[in-house]
Amino acid sequence: MARRFTLEAGAAQAAIRNPFPGRSFTMDLPLAFSSLAVCALGLVILYSAVDQNMPLLIRQGVRLSVALLAFVVAAQVAPATLRLWTPWIFLASVGLLLWVLVDGAVGNGAQRWLDWGVIRFQPSEILKLAVPLTIAWYMHDRALPPNLLNLTVLACIVAVPTLLILRQPDLGTAALVFAAGGLTVLLAGVSLRVIAALSVIALGMAPVLWTTMLDYQRARVLTFLNPESDPLGAGYNIIQSKIALGSGGLFGRGWLNGTQSHLEFLPERSTDFIFAVMGEEFGLLGLLFLLGLYLVVVGRGLYIAAQAQDNFDRLLAGGISLTFFLHVFVNAGMVCGLLPVVGVPLPLISLGGTSMVTLMAGLGILTAIHGNRRLLVT
Amino acid sequence: MRRQIQIRDRWKEQRLVTSRLLFTAILVVAMSGGLVWRLFHIQVSHHEVFAELAQGNRVRIEPLAPTRGLIFDRNGQLLAENLPAWELVAIPEEIVDLAASLQALEALELLDPAERGNLIDAINSHRRFERVVLANLTESQAARFSARRHRFSGIDIREGLIRHYPYGDLTGHSIGYMGSISAADMQRIDRANYAATALIGISGVERSYQDELHGTVGFRQQLVNAQGRVLVDPASIGASSDSMPGTLDTRWPIPGDNLVVSLDIQLQLAAQRAMEGLRGAVVAVEPATGDVLALVITPAFDPIRFAAGLSHSGYRELETDPDKPLFNRALAGRYPPGSTVKPFLGLAAMNLNALNPDDPTFCGGHYSLPGQTHQYRDWRREGHGLVDLHRAVVESCDVYFYRLAVNIGIDAIDSSLRTFGFGDRTGIDIGGEIRGVVPSRTWKRNNFSRREDQTWFPWETFISCLGQGYTTATPLQLAHATAALAAGARFRPRMAVALQTAVSGEVVAIDPVRLDSLPEIDPRHWQRIREAMIGVTEDPSGTGRLAMQQTPYRVAGKTGTAQVISLAQDEEYDEEALDERLLDHGLFIAFAPADNPTIAVAVVVENGGSGSGLPAQAARRILDAWLAAEDYG
Repeated sequence: MARRFTLEAGAAQAAIRNPFPGRSFTMDLPLAFSSLAVCALGLVILYSAVDQNMPLLIRQGVRLSVALLAFVVAAQVAPATLRLWTPWIFLASVGLLLWVLVDGAVGNGAQRWLDWGVIRFQPSEILKLAVPLTIAWYMHDRALPPNLLNLTVLACIVAVPTLLILRQPDLGTAALVFAAGGLTVLLAGVSLRVIAALSVIALGMAPVLWTTMLDYQRARVLTFLNPESDPLGAGYNIIQSKIALGSGGLFGRGWLNGTQSHLEFLPERSTDFIFAVMGEEFGLLGLLFLLGLYLVVVGRGLYIAAQAQDNFDRLLAGGISLTFFLHVFVNAGMVCGLLPVVGVPLPLISLGGTSMVTLMAGLGILTAIHGNRRLLVT
Repeated sequence: MRRQIQIRDRWKEQRLVTSRLLFTAILVVAMSGGLVWRLFHIQVSHHEVFAELAQGNRVRIEPLAPTRGLIFDRNGQLLAENLPAWELVAIPEEIVDLAASLQALEALELLDPAERGNLIDAINSHRRFERVVLANLTESQAARFSARRHRFSGIDIREGLIRHYPYGDLTGHSIGYMGSISAADMQRIDRANYAATALIGISGVERSYQDELHGTVGFRQQLVNAQGRVLVDPASIGASSDSMPGTLDTRWPIPGDNLVVSLDIQLQLAAQRAMEGLRGAVVAVEPATGDVLALVITPAFDPIRFAAGLSHSGYRELETDPDKPLFNRALAGRYPPGSTVKPFLGLAAMNLNALNPDDPTFCGGHYSLPGQTHQYRDWRREGHGLVDLHRAVVESCDVYFYRLAVNIGIDAIDSSLRTFGFGDRTGIDIGGEIRGVVPSRTWKRNNFSRREDQTWFPWETFISCLGQGYTTATPLQLAHATAALAAGARFRPRMAVALQTAVSGEVVAIDPVRLDSLPEIDPRHWQRIREAMIGVTEDPSGTGRLAMQQTPYRVAGKTGTAQVISLAQDEEYDEEALDERLLDHGLFIAFAPADNPTIAVAVVVENGGSGSGLPAQAARRILDAWLAAEDYG
């Protein structure tokens, strides 16, 4: 550990020359165990949700391996190194967003995907990580709480990717990227009066947003407010997912025994609504267990943030942890009818790769932050 | 400038971030608590409701079809309505003796004995409690069964609606008809809204105003068990639980809007009578609005055959009929406009100052380009003598227009015909319209692949100025352009005049659309050309005079004759020797009353010979019908 201690400027120089300094393997056991448990549980539920379709499951296993690799590799990158890379990461990911708008693959009425032959991914997912990272990078050598000028810069860092994602259009991811940035700024100590003012502005912007929304997005919001108004169309998902959850009861109907999911009443059961499958088959107790695991991850992340030794590390760790939690909350809230159906996957469980890789990379960064604490020299 | 140095209190900053972390941690716990509370509410408090819905019972949502909007003509005459239809249905498990029941129904002449085998198969292949449609009944059959209903357990009558067109074949091409929803339609429509709808507008306004006429689907939620059997009468359950999906309720469908179209069905009827036995089309337009007053295609077909479900052979029969009753000649027929283009060209030439209408020209029955021997013939061999513009239109002198064509050239002919809407869709609000052709140098370049065919030849200018050759127009375009001559302005032809919300009865008028393509034209030129067209029907030598004798109103018209086959230089046109289908197409365009036109009409009679004959006579009867109601003594 003592070898890690250098003067800050020197550390930066050293980091450029050697991003993986010769230190033993960095790993944080509570974080690793809880996230791996979620992933394992995810495969178990997915097995049921895809009707025991092994090829699908194997492909998800491959994605999971990539995600784990991202986790382990990210854990070895010293935060100081990461900080030097940050502007490039931000610019590259915004560049990818622009690429998507120009030449992205279309699916479900939105242009979200980049298809590079070997890999196919959603650049917008990367922004969930890149935005908190950039905010932490920008604020790390500036005074906290940020003054008005810095706040404006931060607002731009959040707004540019958010608007680009809205253009795709992908309301759910845009909201999450916005929230990820907003939460990190909140951690930076922005005064509560500014937050109140911004909330008022946001409320004022709501009608403007409404007019720019697409029909299917408006339908989702209206249906969220009153799902029974359109049981044949947009309200169908919510009604069916509530039936799935409710019929699961306290103990669940047992693995592979959910009729809502297996009789195809529940739409999108392997992706956005997999939480309902979990609730139907494992009941409230199963969901509490899953939420517990998530909270261990989030709690550990917040603890790491509190223990971190400079503002970059603190803001980054806090931002990543809160984004992760928000991800869970938005998905679960949507499935049980607390929030509109916005198409946000359940972290580490829903079928799909980009989100999983990004989230695991984020957890890797948390690990790195914790493992690279400098010993305080007094 | 000196760099401002900020004194930073790192300890204070750390405390700030830590306190924020603590704050967000509390937020995380609170939000998780909310989530758990919600899950508890659904999974434990209401577990039984949902378990019942999911396990034994399910909610089945039965969509209820909205009633389609009615269609009225401009005077409120009903053109499309929904008539009750009766279906004889059976519920297998309630039938005591199936064979006996079917036999008794056959005895009442409600079922065809030949169908019995099929019906028994159908009943056996359905679930025991599901309704099976046995037959469609007429009103009297339904009444006959109703009187004896008590004798038939498990057999009942269900009422539905079918689309009916009271005027039958009179509105087939304008109002259109209904048919099953195609795969292409499925892509376009909101499927949820069509959950209970079986038929969709296939043509005419039934298609173009499909969304307005259709209405909004309703639904009824029913409790059914896993096999789909309805368990509880929905009416007996109130909104007892809160907003849970188990709540059984009904949302009634919202009927579609009623549509008022521009047609006058009496005029339509008169036009059809005037065209009796002829093959062709009539389009009548109100010059000041673009309202299509009549749109008649003969021979016609009866749209009700489609609504009732046309058999494959029935459709084939319509399709292979040599008279093509399904072909919308008014919108998609390609007819050379013939001499009906002359007033438009005369007006254009005056407007270009290429022509003094009073300068006479000598017509000796043919015309040759300077230095060439080829003779371009006039329709009258002996010629018209000295003619000015007025006489040239009245007698339809070809030589006068050859000279005019040489003066203004093909480019001006092309552009001036286009300003009146030739060569492009008029934009009428029903589908199936074609563009027609106004040939030009550019058109030839774009439409021929061989280099030698792409050159424009002088003789092509001559046949173009007579509305022959490549030039084609639809009857709708002709009526539209004639209306523009009458009004001095173009209005997009339209069928829909107003929509009426079925629930509130509120009528929303649709505004006419004025098209701005006509150039600035001197009022004196308008007057000249209108007078010439009046001369066609009033001057002793007018080509339209015979048909328009003693009209109580003044008519401005123009005849046209379009060759179906082309004749060689010295060939004679012998009507009797020609196959009937190779006879010339006859055309007549007119507007009336000439000083204050309320109607513009175009008549095309396929193989009808000269425009001054059958087409002009048909136009006369149509104008009489329209203007009879108004007092022009």
